[in-house]
Amino acid sequence: MTTTAVPESIDDSPAPVTADEERRRHQRREAWRRRLPLLPALLFTIVVTQVPFLFSLWYSLTEWTIVPPSDREFIGFGNYTDLATNEFFRSALWTSVLMTVVSVLLSVVLGTALAVLLDRKFFGQGFVRTLLITPFLVMPVVAGLVWNNQILGSAFGVLNWLLETLGFGSVEFVSRFPLWSIVTVLVWQWTPFMMLIMLAGLQSQPDSVLEAARVDGASTSGIFFQITLPHLRPYLELGVLLGSIYLIQVFDHIDVMTGGGPDSTNVPYFVFQRSIGGGWRFGQASAYSIVVVVFSIIIATFGLRVLSGLLEGEDAA
Amino acid sequence: MTESNPIRSFLLGLLTWFIGLLFFFPVFWMVLNGFKEEADANTDPKLFFDPTLDRYRDIASGDQGLLSFGEAFTNSAWAVIVSTILVLILAVPAAYALSIRPVAKWRDVLFFFISTKFLPIVAAILPLWIIARELDILNTRLVLIVLYTAMNLPLAVWMLRSFFQEVPRELIEAAQLDGASLRGQITSVILPIAAPGLAATALLCVIFAWNEFFLAVQLNPVDGSTVPIWVTSNVSTRGNFLARLSAASTVATLPVLIAGWVAQKRMIRGLAMGAIK
Repeated sequence: MTTTAVPESIDDSPAPVTADEERRRHQRREAWRRRLPLLPALLFTIVVTQVPFLFSLWYSLTEWTIVPPSDREFIGFGNYTDLATNEFFRSALWTSVLMTVVSVLLSVVLGTALAVLLDRKFFGQGFVRTLLITPFLVMPVVAGLVWNNQILGSAFGVLNWLLETLGFGSVEFVSRFPLWSIVTVLVWQWTPFMMLIMLAGLQSQPDSVLEAARVDGASTSGIFFQITLPHLRPYLELGVLLGSIYLIQVFDHIDVMTGGGPDSTNVPYFVFQRSIGGGWRFGQASAYSIVVVVFSIIIATFGLRVLSGLLEGEDAA
Repeated sequence: MTESNPIRSFLLGLLTWFIGLLFFFPVFWMVLNGFKEEADANTDPKLFFDPTLDRYRDIASGDQGLLSFGEAFTNSAWAVIVSTILVLILAVPAAYALSIRPVAKWRDVLFFFISTKFLPIVAAILPLWIIARELDILNTRLVLIVLYTAMNLPLAVWMLRSFFQEVPRELIEAAQLDGASLRGQITSVILPIAAPGLAATALLCVIFAWNEFFLAVQLNPVDGSTVPIWVTSNVSTRGNFLARLSAASTVATLPVLIAGWVAQKRMIRGLAMGAIK
């Protein structure tokens, strides 16, 4: 614009310059005083989490193998064009999507159902809740090993023993259905977490509303679908968000259950195999990881929208 | 919820019990197998057997593999405790600056913290490995302490911010009028009220750090290895190992299990506040 500036506020008695400057200096000082407590955490996070990504970006444009040692050679987008045609990478990408989406959805649905069951008075309520949260606390490596050897295993697994006792043949679950075996363990671990979040949601429901609905003659299912479920929405969103963040990065379960393979290598495991897991092709592996970042940013944009919904209205309060 | 039909209510209670036992079964089975002889564990599932503590003696003596339990436990304890303390030291003032006296763009800053959790750690592992090698901190506790702090910090900032929102403003203003410094406000007014939230946050940090395997196995395979790595070292390619592995798994899981059981109610409250407020 070329017109003269319009005064932002109508102030009929303009303050003297010195006082104005004084106020601005004061505001600046106040802004810094507010920022100061934030800085250590912010700087730490930037240095530890962002700097490595800049390195990754640079590596991804080079041809660089560590074993046998080779010089780093700039090759532009060569690694990325390779990647588009690499069927192993595409398969890993698809495994990642399936593993994350199915595990998150199943554990949210099961977790909600269990939370509803737990949110009723019955004998031993607290004890059953303790039983139910236990899988979430189990070390992922341990969870993978226990399911692999002692539950799903074809030699000494309890499930196969049960199948045989009932007259069915035994099934090599982990080698025949690697993806679904891993998803089973993930759902076992994450259902309790979702249940905790939903339980928190159910317990924050005001009793008076439920009471009023019941007095008005609403049915139990009517109350659930028309009052409880809308109330639970932000909790459901939080569960999906946190679950996705952690489940998209699954590594431990794959490592101890299958050690990777056509149906169970997700993108994180793929990057690992191609680099420090034995491939040692750092340039190429960096390109894969940058693609993971891009995909994550797409998911994150969606996720952050959910978050900003959660934070809405807080300023007004 | 109160139920009108007592039979229906009873059956639903029974169903909940059944599902609870089903979910707990793998853990129960693991603990049980840890008290067996290998011969009893490596056969058709046995519920009754002569219990023995020999597997626990085996893992304590550490005759298999290079990493002893004592070493792994000490390394884990260091990494978990120091990183959690660091997280709290960094997150408490940050949460203050995002809630009680918020900086101008607090929402963007909060999003930045959370967004770092969306970036998969695997994408950073190569440069981290190279940087750690250059700094000569591969296979040390220090490298895990730094990374676990970074890993848990966003979650902690986010949860603590929500708890701080709950502190009545009048109390803080009164402390400010009395001339309390920032540290004074935090230690004498905010922390006592937000203590349950602080505990829930610390507990989640401890769980995630104690159970972390990926970074530990990539960066510290030789020295400074932690408990999850020690557990996997009990998998043997020669001979039977199920009972021994079960004993090791039980020992590795127990600290977090107990902490989680004790603090479950607090955790539910913490997650709820972290969710909505």
